[in-house]
Amino acid sequence: MEFFRIRKDIPFMRHALVFNVVSLLTFLLAVFFLVSRGLHLSVEFTGGTLIELSYTQAADLEKVREGLGKAGYSDFSVQNFGSSQDVLIRLPLRADQNTTKIGESVLQALDAEASGASLRRVEFVGPQVGKELAENGALALLLVVIGIVVYLAFRFEWRFSVSAIIANLHDVIIILGFFAFFQWEFSLSVLAAVLAVLGYSVNESVVVFDRVRETFRKVRGLTTPQVLDHAITSTISRTIITHGSTQMMVLSMLLFGGETLYYFALALTIGICFGIYSSVLVASPLVMWLGVSREQFVRPKKQIEGANEDGAVV
Amino acid sequence: MNRYPLWKYVTVAVALLVSLVYTLPNFFGESPAVQVSSAKATLKVDEKTRERVAITLQSAGVAINGIFLDATGVKVRLHNSDSQLQAKDILERQFNPDPADPQYVVALNLLSSSPQWLTSLHALPMYLGLDLRGGVHFLLQVDMKGALTKRLDSISGDLRSLLRDKNVRHSGINREGDRLIIRFRDNDIRSKARSVLESNQSDLSLAEQGEGDDLRLVATLKPEAIKRIQEFAVKQNMGTLNNRINELGVAEPVIAQQGADRIVVQLPGVQDPGKAKDILGRTATLEIRMVDETAGALEAAQAGQVPFGAELYVERGGVPLLVKKQVVLTGDRLTDAQPGFDSQTQEPAVHLTLDSAGARIFKDVTRDNVGKRMAIVLIEKGKGEVVTAPVIRAEIGGGRVQISGRMSTMEANDTALLLRAGSLAAPMEIIEERAIGPSLGAENIRKGFHSTMWGFAAIAVFMTAYYLLFGLVSVVALAANLLFLVALLSLLQATLTLPGIAAIALALGMAIDANVLINERIREELRNGSSPQLAIHTGYERAFGTILDSNITTLIAGIALLIFGSGPVRGFAVVHCLGILTSLFSAVVVSRAMINLIYGNRRKIESLAIGQIWKPGNTAAAQ
Repeated sequence: MEFFRIRKDIPFMRHALVFNVVSLLTFLLAVFFLVSRGLHLSVEFTGGTLIELSYTQAADLEKVREGLGKAGYSDFSVQNFGSSQDVLIRLPLRADQNTTKIGESVLQALDAEASGASLRRVEFVGPQVGKELAENGALALLLVVIGIVVYLAFRFEWRFSVSAIIANLHDVIIILGFFAFFQWEFSLSVLAAVLAVLGYSVNESVVVFDRVRETFRKVRGLTTPQVLDHAITSTISRTIITHGSTQMMVLSMLLFGGETLYYFALALTIGICFGIYSSVLVASPLVMWLGVSREQFVRPKKQIEGANEDGAVV
Repeated sequence: MNRYPLWKYVTVAVALLVSLVYTLPNFFGESPAVQVSSAKATLKVDEKTRERVAITLQSAGVAINGIFLDATGVKVRLHNSDSQLQAKDILERQFNPDPADPQYVVALNLLSSSPQWLTSLHALPMYLGLDLRGGVHFLLQVDMKGALTKRLDSISGDLRSLLRDKNVRHSGINREGDRLIIRFRDNDIRSKARSVLESNQSDLSLAEQGEGDDLRLVATLKPEAIKRIQEFAVKQNMGTLNNRINELGVAEPVIAQQGADRIVVQLPGVQDPGKAKDILGRTATLEIRMVDETAGALEAAQAGQVPFGAELYVERGGVPLLVKKQVVLTGDRLTDAQPGFDSQTQEPAVHLTLDSAGARIFKDVTRDNVGKRMAIVLIEKGKGEVVTAPVIRAEIGGGRVQISGRMSTMEANDTALLLRAGSLAAPMEIIEERAIGPSLGAENIRKGFHSTMWGFAAIAVFMTAYYLLFGLVSVVALAANLLFLVALLSLLQATLTLPGIAAIALALGMAIDANVLINERIREELRNGSSPQLAIHTGYERAFGTILDSNITTLIAGIALLIFGSGPVRGFAVVHCLGILTSLFSAVVVSRAMINLIYGNRRKIESLAIGQIWKPGNTAAAQ
């Protein structure tokens, strides 16, 4: 089997401007949703209580809500979790409430209206923890960005590291944009997925850049866009197959991993799809705009004083 | 060119073998067990306890599947969960005849049923996190400000008595926030006070302020003193928690410090977070009282007639003791208790430090009661226990008390611990709580396992179909990667959580990248007309640089997660980072070793089984 039977280098760079405009638009759209709708942060970040209940038959959410309302809870959310029997209740932080008994008191409150529930999981997060998690998340992101920029600048060239990181931060923003638009829950594991994607799709750029460097060194007489086209074309088969394989794994998590891994896998899926696009079609044009050229990779041969054209000296 | 030296093959073989051995325990599953451990710091579980457990079960006719003693207690392996419950009841009755005063913790546990030879190699199954086995997790924040305030208050008392002893006249000592302010009228007195304080209170740094009539000496705690107090507070709180958790009968509790001022408590298998919280949040008090030594009173009390104003207690070790109800001193006057030795007799001793008010009371009491006994009573849940009841030999002043005599070093340590652990050094607050039911845990394992398995199967089918033999080699390398990863996690006894399983799956999904890179490179070399042997050689060589670069960038992200992540993210990050490292080895070295074994020794190869190589302009497939 051979999926990719490409005769000539595909002229990606001819459409570089189009790709960049498309990226810019998606990026701006993502930023817009992030600002206008905001992220639906999980209890881990906001602080509060999460209670998962399980009923033996399908749960009546209305009754659960009624029961909680009667017990004096407000601002809570009740929804099914995974199956119709499982119910997830979110309660906001309240200063006046005794958090130590919340699981039991919720069960008691529900006993009258919707009885027969068993407690599967209780999570309580205090306000100071949430704030710290958000800060640590931001710090982790910063560390990843700096680490990758420094490493790539050291291994390749600053132009590559700058374009790789721009392209991949653009992925991150787009993932966040999706989460903001659909109001999917943004939890700690989604954050982990986002950072893993950042590392993973920088991979992609590295593979292409590696080929760009190699082509610059080996083949003479190609213009920069041609070199980039060649590098992308010769790695495209690997790109698709690798991402396809990773995606198979992620898809398996999406299908079999249950509710807990669902958003994690979803973030990875978006990240992988946009990762292919951005590292190939965003990073490469950026490298071109930043003015990469052959001279940056081919070390000029040492000129020996008095040497003639052939390099012979007497 | 495609032959490895022998040592490389040996390395790969040894790595695979070792990993297999350390992965094995995970396949044997767990068998029901009962664990007997000590509920009190003073009670040791030893070989005798093991024999007692064995005899008890034998005489009750419960068939056991092995019994052994380890650091945590005596563990009995049983055939099924019915006999497990039966054994627990029998042991509970035998070892804790008085349910109100448990001496031992008898808890249900699960033990790995891997054979003994594996266990003796320290090959243990992976440690499952609470989200996979069910249980309760608490994150407690120690109120450091509270600890410091408490300490400063007691120091201010000390300063008062110190200045009085040295005849230094001040006009008031006050605590303002985290500073102590001592006022003086006279500059000479102030400098005298300063020199007194400097030589006696090494924890304080002093500064002079004010002028004219209102002269002040401002004392603040030195940073190293603050650090020491905070460390002490966390340690003491952990000790207290440890004692309390013992009562819950949890098989393998985790009590660990996290950061400077936080304590993580994990109680696997505990289903009732409410009860756990009750016990964790309980306060114990320590009281010093006098022993009632009236002749005949003790005998009367034992016969059921407790004299008025006294209570009957049992001293540690089982000796009954009649203690007066009147409290001489309470535990909050006690600032520290450390094991040590008597400076003259070199006997083991416990050194207590009292604050200044406590010291004054203690001095008065001891002066009036030389030759009599005093009892130190620990009261928890309204139930008292006499920790120790020493005889007063002389008047004790200065707030430094030494308890010695009839004590082993071990007992001195335990008594000091009990005295310290009696109360919390600083208030604590639960800032995070997670409770996971056991059914959810089992479900999480199943889901995690299924996602990994199906994902792996899909990749295996695709790789083999697309790259034929090379694909198969890649799949075997990927399986080796899984083996290494599981072995490493078992070996390090890292906690596996659901995000950790997700990280294993993701590591496999990402690790295949290296093999795809290699295989694509080899195809490309073949396309460009290289001979098969050369194609393998250059394919691996060229791909390696790329693989290294791309794995390092992924590793950077993993390390950032490891540094800043907590809870579930940390579990993910650990596996993620390990997975990258193992994948480098398996994808490059293991797969190359296999390819070398297959192709390396052949003189002439017509073609490689790497799938169809399509060449531009050449529609005939080169197979």
